[in-house]
Amino acid sequence: MTRFVLGRIGFYTLIAVLLAFFTIPLLWLVTAPFTSNPTYEVTVPDFTWDNFEAVIEHPYALPSLYNSLLLSVGTAVLVVIMAALAAYALSRVRLPGRDALLYALLLLSSIITGTAAMVPLFQLAVELNLIDSQLGLILILTGGLLPAAIFMLKDFMDSTPKSYEESARVFGATPLQIVRHVVVPLVRPGLATIAVWAVANVWGNFLMPYLLLSDVEKQPAAVITYTLYTEGGQANLSMLSTFGLLYSVPVVLMYLFVSKKYGFRFHGGIKR
Amino acid sequence: MALATSPPEAAEAARPDRYSSDAAGLGRLRAGVFVAPALLLVAVFLVFPALWVLYLGLTNYRLTGAAAAAPQFVGPANLIEAVSNPEFWSSTWLTVEFVAGSAVIGQVGLGFTIAWLLRDRRGPLKRLVEGLVILAWILPSAIVSFLWVALLDRDAGTLNALLGIQGFAWLLDHPMLSIIVFNIWRGTAFSMMLYGAALGNVPPSHLESARLAGASGWQQLRDVVFPHIRGHILTNLLLISLWTFNDFTPFLLTAGGPDGKSEVLAVHVYKVALQSGELGHGAAVSTIILLINLVVAVFYLRLLRSKK
Repeated sequence: MTRFVLGRIGFYTLIAVLLAFFTIPLLWLVTAPFTSNPTYEVTVPDFTWDNFEAVIEHPYALPSLYNSLLLSVGTAVLVVIMAALAAYALSRVRLPGRDALLYALLLLSSIITGTAAMVPLFQLAVELNLIDSQLGLILILTGGLLPAAIFMLKDFMDSTPKSYEESARVFGATPLQIVRHVVVPLVRPGLATIAVWAVANVWGNFLMPYLLLSDVEKQPAAVITYTLYTEGGQANLSMLSTFGLLYSVPVVLMYLFVSKKYGFRFHGGIKR
Repeated sequence: MALATSPPEAAEAARPDRYSSDAAGLGRLRAGVFVAPALLLVAVFLVFPALWVLYLGLTNYRLTGAAAAAPQFVGPANLIEAVSNPEFWSSTWLTVEFVAGSAVIGQVGLGFTIAWLLRDRRGPLKRLVEGLVILAWILPSAIVSFLWVALLDRDAGTLNALLGIQGFAWLLDHPMLSIIVFNIWRGTAFSMMLYGAALGNVPPSHLESARLAGASGWQQLRDVVFPHIRGHILTNLLLISLWTFNDFTPFLLTAGGPDGKSEVLAVHVYKVALQSGELGHGAAVSTIILLINLVVAVFYLRLLRSKK
């Protein structure tokens, strides 16, 4: 009995420590935006909306959120379309060398990172005139996410039945029609997962936009945040905290939506 | 984590007639058309850069000046310069600390602990803990790193206030420790979810019989749970080591400073290549990173294949 009680006490102590560890760093983000003249100190907010007004008036803050949206949605659309077509073909047709190709894709996606490819990607962007091009950045980000996306989607498509497609073909549907009207509805959860994964990846990405976009009007929120807190040594904390909150809310909402709808089971080569 | 290649290989081979007239009448030619756009993008923006970095590391390519427009082949000079640079070795050592501390000990240990504590639970407590851990993982790195700058601030930071000490500059005096703890905070979610799924696959009957035989909690872990999830542990170790090894986020927290004391290799490459403008030198360091990534990734893939 004592053993049981001690066990319970130990359990709840550990849980409390864990909760504190994961909560305390976040406190500042939820209090400072509502505080007039916030410092690094966490204080009870006086619930002012002035900071939000300042963010709205800031010349680069809201446009940078729009840039983040553009980059992440653009990348997600390209990744989903291209990965779906490729995964479908690789799942249904035995192309010569298919397994080797998939193996190579998985290998590539895990070894070629921003750190390893920083210099050549920078040079490529210079040579192709893609510095300060949002489309160029979208293409680069898509290239980086595609291998993992193809891999995850192919796995998904392998587990859907082929019989529907066969009957659609008997009725004379073309392959693209079959993909649109038969396959896409079947694998919609897989496509949604890939889309959300791609959006989340690009939404938080710092390194590539930081390297390739020097025009402040094209930079996404990640880069603007960093320049806000390094510029001039003295960070504008009311601006930073409020902007940080606005920049964080979309991913939190997306997470809540995904975990409600599909259950949050992200594994595989996911993250970063 | 079922990264299977293709399940009914044998069945397909047994029916070669389905080969040519496949499921959706998707001939090989059309299949090629479906695959081509993706492969083209991957080739241009992923494969080519990885190969090109090998060449760039052998040139005197620079950000400015004559060597910016027309880099010349200089052979292994950059590699020699890179490995005879003491900053390279201190960065390598810091990266080892970073990976060992935050990924191997921190995320694996903490991720497993949380998954184990919550293994039989349902309901709000489990959702709360998991939700917070995942939140730390999904928030943008530029935001969470700044939250830690605030948390660890010398004068007004919450940590010093909680500990009741004053004037302790965590990021300046203990930059690596700060970065390691930060990365544990930020990266544990993946391990937690992976171990949560793995623990769900340990047959309850095995644990039950161990318990009936009088095994203590630790004995159950050691003799039943760990052998069962060994594959998951190894996969997890390799993956998060790879990610941590390549993680650029420390730059957002300390920019490698003070005095290079938190300059892990990812930051080192950036500093050499884009801040000092010695792109060829940076490419040479990237080549080394690429080779290390390759070794770890091959181990990882062999592990995946052997599990099937």
